[in-house]
Amino acid sequence: MTWPSAPSAFKHRRDPETGSRRRAREEGARGALIAFISTVVFFGAALWAILTSEAWPQVQRQFFNPQAFVESWPAVLSGFWLDVRMFLGAEVLILVFALLVAMARSLRGPAFFPIRTLAVVFIDFVRGIPLILLILILGFGVPALDLAGMPRSPMFWGIAALVISYSAYTAEVYRAGIDSVPESQRMSARSLGLTQMQTLRYVLIPQAVRNVIPALLNGFVSLQKDVSLIFVLGVREGVREAQIFTARTFNYTSYIVAAILFLIVSIPVARFTDWYTERDRRRRQAISA
Amino acid sequence: MKKLTFLVAVLSLIVVACGGGEAADTTVPAPETTAAPETTTPATTAAPETTTAETTTPGEGAGADECAVENLPLKTPGQLTVATGEPAFEPWVVDDDPANGQGFESAVVYAMAEKMGFSRDQVVWTRTGFDEAIAPGPKDFDVNVQQYSITEERDEVVDFSAPYYVTQQALVAYSESEIVNATSLQDLKQYALGAQIGTTSLDYIEEVIQPDTPPAVFDTNVDAKSALDAGQIDAIVFDLPTAYYIVAVEMPEANIVGALPASEEQADKFGMLMENDSPLKPCVDRALEELRAEGTLDALAEEWLTQEADIPVLSQ
Repeated sequence: MTWPSAPSAFKHRRDPETGSRRRAREEGARGALIAFISTVVFFGAALWAILTSEAWPQVQRQFFNPQAFVESWPAVLSGFWLDVRMFLGAEVLILVFALLVAMARSLRGPAFFPIRTLAVVFIDFVRGIPLILLILILGFGVPALDLAGMPRSPMFWGIAALVISYSAYTAEVYRAGIDSVPESQRMSARSLGLTQMQTLRYVLIPQAVRNVIPALLNGFVSLQKDVSLIFVLGVREGVREAQIFTARTFNYTSYIVAAILFLIVSIPVARFTDWYTERDRRRRQAISA
Repeated sequence: MKKLTFLVAVLSLIVVACGGGEAADTTVPAPETTAAPETTTPATTAAPETTTAETTTPGEGAGADECAVENLPLKTPGQLTVATGEPAFEPWVVDDDPANGQGFESAVVYAMAEKMGFSRDQVVWTRTGFDEAIAPGPKDFDVNVQQYSITEERDEVVDFSAPYYVTQQALVAYSESEIVNATSLQDLKQYALGAQIGTTSLDYIEEVIQPDTPPAVFDTNVDAKSALDAGQIDAIVFDLPTAYYIVAVEMPEANIVGALPASEEQADKFGMLMENDSPLKPCVDRALEELRAEGTLDALAEEWLTQEADIPVLSQ
């Protein structure tokens, strides 16, 4: 789970001279043609190498089997729908909880030392434990304590583990955002008579969140896939349903089904992130110009 | 434009990969023909007659010579490479050490190897995960022994030996759970059940018991036990020998509620796994068949697996 926070946005170059616009267009068309040919040749060669390999028939039978695709589709889809509900619910909790942790960590002054320390210890501790262990410890360990009133549901504890783990990472994303707001903003707000909490709430966080939205979306894409780890507790989500099919039939096509379903959800989010980053960058340029 | 061409290329890749199934299926027998010369070359030098016998009947009637150790198409010449799970569980393998000859599967492998003409030292153990063993491509073992249940679907992509053990399923729960009062499969429907992935136990729950809530599925029996301890499921289905072992050693507070009724076809048959179209299969089968006929398999089961007759069988 590495979260590169630098948004990658590239600028389309346009020829400013009106006279050479036609030439530019012709070059563009030629470029597209070259791109098309090279794409076809490149992928064609890769495809040819795969399809003519001696083991391909066997691989096709076990990985790209149309019949197995149809057979495994309903179960994997229903499991994936559970994934979707789980990661949407978890994301809301993470965004709220992580913000609270980041705020706790960003408080200034000696009086808030214990709260800051608590936040730092939480983040260090949770980020240091592999997610899968956290899921197993909470999922099997807490219900085994047999405490009255404590939920036993593996799904509950699986999501709790995800929320705790992702909140630690997301809190650091928020904190980076808060730190990126110029110090003069904080000082201006304080000199206007706002309290620390008010400064955070009305001045720092709105600017901070805007700065880190691409990074938050990146974390969301990561969560979409990590949510499936809850299967170790016996929850039958999408990846687990695919595994059940594979283990029963020795056919991996169900994994392809699951991969396609995850892609259908994560690619639009990735495209949206790029689009948003680009729009935000253009707006800022417009303001500064 | 670039994005579009890329998309078109990727989509065509997927279409070609998924479709054209029939065209590719016809080429499937190819490996068989390429594998044949390898096995015949050593045989021709020994006895010309065996080559004709082999090309006509690949599945049965393996001649004496082609099953001689020096003629077997082994991964490493002169040794039988046997794979098992990581870790391997009792009562199938004792102390996670298959080379000690203790535990049912370890003992069967050594008995079979002896029948095939291997010495004890010529049996070399290796470990594979479940996916590693079933993925397409060349395998690094001659046979893989870890309670693989033989099914038709699986048999299409790998080879199985003749069964070396046939068993049924059993239900395990803690004595204080009310599920211990169940007497029929109908009584089990309302409970939360669990099983290990890829087992006949899981298939049995889904296809025969058909409980109201789908069974929880775990990577290992160990995880299933954790869920039982955590109160997340009411009972686990194991194969009978595993159930006996677990209530005797690992979960003394648990009970076998009962054995689960199964028809002849539903019986759980364990086979050794080999790569698809393995030329070794006729020789492995012949050795196992001899062990079965002379009663060795039964004797080993008697020795290593608890087989008490006094547990109730739940009614249909």
